[in-house]
Amino acid sequence: MAESFLTEAIEPAAAARPVARGVDPVLAVESITKRFPGVVALDDVSVEFYPGEVHAVVGENGAGKSTLMKVLAGAYRPDGGTIRLDGAPVVFSHPSAAQAAGISIIYQEFNLLPERTVMENIFLGREPHRFGIVDYGRLEQDTRAVLQQLEAETLISPTALLGTLSVAQQQVVEIAKALSYDAKVLIMDEPTAALAQQEVTVLTALVRRLQARGIAIIFISHRLVEVFELAQRVTVLKDGQKVGTMPTKDLTMSKVVEMMVGRVLSDYFPERARPEDIGAVALRLRGAGNATLRDIDLELRAGEIVGVAGLQGSGRTALAQAIFGVEPFQSGAMEIQGQPELFRTPAQAIRNRFGYVTEDRKYEGLTLKQPINDNIMLTLRSLKAKLSRAFRNGTRGDQELALELAQRVDVRAPGMNREVQFLSGGNQQKVVLAKWLATDARVLIFDEPTRGIDVEAKASIHERIRELARAGAAVLMISSELPEVIGMSDRIVVMWDGAIAGELPAGAGEADIMHLATGFAESSRNEEKSV
Amino acid sequence: MTAISPPAARLSAAGRARQWLRDRNIPPVYGILIIIFIAAILLDAFFGIDDELFILNQTILTNILVRSVALGIVAVGQTFVMVGASIDLSVAYLISVTAVGASYLMAGDPNRVWWTVLVLFVIGVLVGLVNGTLITRLRINPLIATLGVGLILRGLLNATFENFAGSVPASFQTFAYGMLGPLPISVLVLFLVVLVGWFVLRRMRYGAHLYAVGGSEEVGRLSGLRTERVLTMAHVICSTTAVLTGLFVVSRLRAGAPWVGTDGLYDLESIAATVIGGTALSGGKGGVWGTLAGVLIFSILDTTFNQIGIDAYMKQVLRGAIIVLAVGFYTFRSKAEQG
Repeated sequence: MAESFLTEAIEPAAAARPVARGVDPVLAVESITKRFPGVVALDDVSVEFYPGEVHAVVGENGAGKSTLMKVLAGAYRPDGGTIRLDGAPVVFSHPSAAQAAGISIIYQEFNLLPERTVMENIFLGREPHRFGIVDYGRLEQDTRAVLQQLEAETLISPTALLGTLSVAQQQVVEIAKALSYDAKVLIMDEPTAALAQQEVTVLTALVRRLQARGIAIIFISHRLVEVFELAQRVTVLKDGQKVGTMPTKDLTMSKVVEMMVGRVLSDYFPERARPEDIGAVALRLRGAGNATLRDIDLELRAGEIVGVAGLQGSGRTALAQAIFGVEPFQSGAMEIQGQPELFRTPAQAIRNRFGYVTEDRKYEGLTLKQPINDNIMLTLRSLKAKLSRAFRNGTRGDQELALELAQRVDVRAPGMNREVQFLSGGNQQKVVLAKWLATDARVLIFDEPTRGIDVEAKASIHERIRELARAGAAVLMISSELPEVIGMSDRIVVMWDGAIAGELPAGAGEADIMHLATGFAESSRNEEKSV
Repeated sequence: MTAISPPAARLSAAGRARQWLRDRNIPPVYGILIIIFIAAILLDAFFGIDDELFILNQTILTNILVRSVALGIVAVGQTFVMVGASIDLSVAYLISVTAVGASYLMAGDPNRVWWTVLVLFVIGVLVGLVNGTLITRLRINPLIATLGVGLILRGLLNATFENFAGSVPASFQTFAYGMLGPLPISVLVLFLVVLVGWFVLRRMRYGAHLYAVGGSEEVGRLSGLRTERVLTMAHVICSTTAVLTGLFVVSRLRAGAPWVGTDGLYDLESIAATVIGGTALSGGKGGVWGTLAGVLIFSILDTTFNQIGIDAYMKQVLRGAIIVLAVGFYTFRSKAEQG
């Protein structure tokens, strides 16, 4: 059944403009390798990019897409391999050198100044001048000329303050800036992530125009529908290695998904919950939504681990933050143990014995310069004395309680006075965990619980999470790592575009998850509707 | 392509007025300046210690401007470093050094004026270079770096001089007391400094680069700017204005003493005037015209408080309150604008 709708892939519209063979690549990477401490982010990757071609680079989170782009843009120096621009090997010491050579990159986070005008932004550092005095007349003309190339001159005034423009307009300014450097290669990192649907259409038209001018466009996207609409060729990366580069017209979406995942599950995970372990509903969401989320229906039961999969920007973290009262739900209903309740602040969530292990433990989970015991006691101490006593299940002193919790989660450190900044990632995460054990949390949300943690500590964290569930806690676990989601979860919820795209049983396959997570299922459903 | 332009909102009268001001780049602090001016007239009318309104008295009006000169010149320099997202706490000490240095080196001899002035400006440039280098190369927090440099200057000065030293020749005092037609020379110098500051910030490449570095050093760096040089230059400019203020102060007092800069509170007040003028502490926005308005607000307040006989300590309380209110107003406004 799954195969049947996958094979009827959308006809790639862009495949109608095949790249003329015999054209030399404008940019080529040969056997590029980039290592970070403990990881090989890029392993012997070779790709060629041709002028006038849109080349999509796809892969799961952590596959090495961003690293490759940063190497191309001169932000990282590769540990091995060659980059050739127009056939000649180049080494970029700095992003501005790559830009001057004609390789421009547009990051998801724009590199623009909101307090300056459009023209000042585009020609920053290259203002036309005489004796150091800026020729504003020419600056405006030059800016208009660049915007004209993008057919955006009626859309954006050169003298408008950048901060007053919409995100889509700012993106056009970024593209104009790249164009003003006479870019031969334009790299776009998730250009559609922040755009509304109609704005994506505008961007698509813009990309086609750049392509017609002979610019090579490298396009990173999680959204396969757009990849198939825009790109002539696709390179798939997985775990830092290239799986393959193929013309889009020879591919189907299901084939791409298969190339993106296709990995053997080798890690060991603790045993899942048995049906009799699973208790009453601890948290129920019905039609809940806010600015980023819509129509969330979710049940979380005591004793079970519900895994949340989804790509970056799919609303996974937003869901956690909405439940925990950081960015509260604005519509729909939330129930805790059958009682209607909606957290407006994290403090409220904590009082109701909710815990939230955040994605970014260094900035959101820990106070790095404080010792272990203070970090463990942090949330408990934030509570009123009465509640704090109740949560302690007795009248133990801070020091004993912190020590007991640290031992329970197996923090390895020379002493409780050690500042957490000096601990390893795994031990830091255990401290965060102990912090929520201190408040005896009954509903625990984990966002990327094992990111940046070595394999041994990972297994230990997994074991701790399962222990919590066995002790009756309801766990919601968000993760970008599919093996982790599959290995840990008693149920899997897949998010896409701010909504739940589907729910899968324990042990569902990676391909099934990716189909939901890339919005592929969604788009084929929509198509069925429109037919 | 129309899809991504925001809908043209129909503006209210107030909105249109604001648009008009924004189109002409008039800083909102001029609104505060006008309010304070009117308030000052009203206060003077009801609580004034004499029957005459200060607004009708040309001497007092001129006095308001002259009062603004010392702080105004150095505040222009402070605006440069603050646009660059830095800060300079060493200016007050540099003003003392200049004042004492000028009266000591000139020793009443008109022939020594020119090279003394030259030496002092060289010292200013050096102090600016040291400040800039500490901040941009050694990455020392600007607050700490400039405070440290300031304390070193103070220590050196106090170790050498205890009291008023030497004097400047009468001819040099023309700077402070001379008139050119109806206007004091010093006021003209202040306007010239503001005008040059405006030109450099708003019309020259250097200004554009300084705004970029202050707005986001990373954006500046990625656009190929030598961000370290840009910011160091701002510190050199700031120290130079401090020297000019020092020269004005000594030309008024005839002799410099080691406390004239710190007693004048030129460090904190130049920062306060710049902030009231609309230059953000976080950098990247603002300008010298706003700062001038900030300085004028201080002068009008001082004059009014004198006219209605408020004591010195109460004055400080009211000044402090106005600084906090003004900055609170900006935060409120920018939040409202962001929706």
